[in-house]
Order: sequence, then structure tokens, then C-alpha cells
Amino acid sequence: MYMNKRVAVFRKEHFNAAHRLYNRQWDDATNFRVFGKCSNPHYHGHNYELEVRVTGEPQADTGFVMDMKVLSDLIQQYVIEHFDHKNLNLDIPEFKDINPTAENIAVVIYNLLRPHVSEKQELRIRLYETPRNFVEYPA
Amino acid sequence: MRSFYRACLLYPNFAKIFDAMVYLTRVEHFNAAHKLFNPAWSRQKNEDVFGKCANENWHGHNYELYVTIKGQPDPETGFVLDVKKLSGIIKEQVLEKLDHLNLNVDVDFMQGKMCSTENLAIGIWEQLEQVLPEDVQLHCVKLYETPRIFVEYYGK
Repeated sequence: MYMNKRVAVFRKEHFNAAHRLYNRQWDDATNFRVFGKCSNPHYHGHNYELEVRVTGEPQADTGFVMDMKVLSDLIQQYVIEHFDHKNLNLDIPEFKDINPTAENIAVVIYNLLRPHVSEKQELRIRLYETPRNFVEYPA
Repeated sequence: MRSFYRACLLYPNFAKIFDAMVYLTRVEHFNAAHKLFNPAWSRQKNEDVFGKCANENWHGHNYELYVTIKGQPDPETGFVLDVKKLSGIIKEQVLEKLDHLNLNVDVDFMQGKMCSTENLAIGIWEQLEQVLPEDVQLHCVKLYETPRIFVEYYGK
């Protein structure tokens, strides 16, 4: 029995999506100055790699912090089916008024999953936009 | 190996005599949007064939590109081709035309073609082949669309 020991479990998933970085309050020149080619009008895209971390104590009866199959199904249902092969700016209501930066995508994913993970457990999102650029939330 | 290079320096034709063919690969990457959609077909047929890849509003990928050329190392430099020069050619001919752009809409050499990874690899080959120096040959364009999906094109 390893109760009272906090352990982090991780599930990795991925999705492919198009986006552009564009602040509608600014003109095109300002957008290009700040966001560069990321603001190109016809979008570009990424293979996003998602790591979901759940931290808590292993349960006495199962030994699990969280059943990974349940976590996998949650991510599939609330994140992958929502984002995969979509245009983040056009197809995802959460980004109607929010710039779909990696930072904001991580916060949105956290908010989508948080209601479905026990309050006793800590949830953290790590999102890779490219193999070299990634963000974490909460920080 | 050291004696081989010493011989090359002393006798400039040494490497050519031994006909040492070497493959040189440069790895680059670009990010782009696309969709798989055949305008000659109905929306329903596109969805049946291409599934979510036909999403009207595009999706996108981090593409990883491996360009392999082959040639004989130059006796004076030891290079098949100065890799900085190869990198510059790929940047000018490929990356500047693809990176952070929409393959279906923004790329002149993909106009009128289906933007599959296969066709993109062929398009990249054609862009590179026309500007590479005559003393090297393009051997392979390998293109990863995702970490688990890639194509290779050898020019025929």
C-alpha cells in the first residue's frame, strides 16, 4: 500500500489543427509586426502533442491515481474530437474572441478537462506546438 | 580514412578514380495548413474518401523534410556539396514557399494538385531538382506529415 504518496500519471495524445495568430483590434501591419508569418491570412498548422498530468494519491482499492483508460477517454471526448483536423480560429467556439496561441489552447484544454477530474487531484496540461515550442498550465 | 583524404589532396583525381558516391542529407521543417479535397467530387464523396482531412476550414501539420543528394566528395573540400549551400537552396526553393502558409491556397507549385504528402514530396523534388548544381544528383525527398506518417520520393 502506497497511500499518502503523491504520484503523477501522464497521458499523451496528439491532434493536428490549423490556426493563425491575429488580433482583430489591430490592423494587418501591426499583426504582422507582432506575430510575423504566424498571422498569414490563409492559416498554417501544427501537429500538437498533448501531455495531461494528473497528480494524486494511489487509491487503496485499485492502486491507481486515475484509471488511464478513463483519462484517455476523457481527453478523446473533450479535447481530441473537439480540436483534431479543425481550424482553431474558425471551428472552435472557445477561440471566437481569444487568440489561439499555445498558451491559450493549454488553458482551454485545462478548462475542458477540469470538471471531469476529481477535485482531489491536481491537473496540469503540457502542450507542444512544435517539437521545440511547448507550454504548461497551470504554472 | 585519413590516408584516403591525404591521397585526395596529393592527387586530386584520387576520389574520382575510386568513384566514391556519398549520400548527404539535410533535415528541415515547416508548418503549414492544408485540406484534402477534390473539387471534382461532391462534399459527401470528399468526406467519404478523406474523412476529417477534408474539413472545409483546413487543418495543419509540422512537416519534417529530409533532402538527400548524392555525389562524389570534392577532393579539395571533402564535400559532396557545402551543406550551407544546400540549406540555402532548400530555404529559398521550398521553405519560403511553404512555411506558415496554406498549401492549397498559397503555394504556386501545388496549384491544381491534391495536397497530399505524396504530391507535396513530388512538388518539392521538382523545386529542388531545377536548381541543384550539376555535379550532384537529388536522391530522395522524405517528408513526414506527422511523426508516424511519411513518404519517400526518388524521382521516378
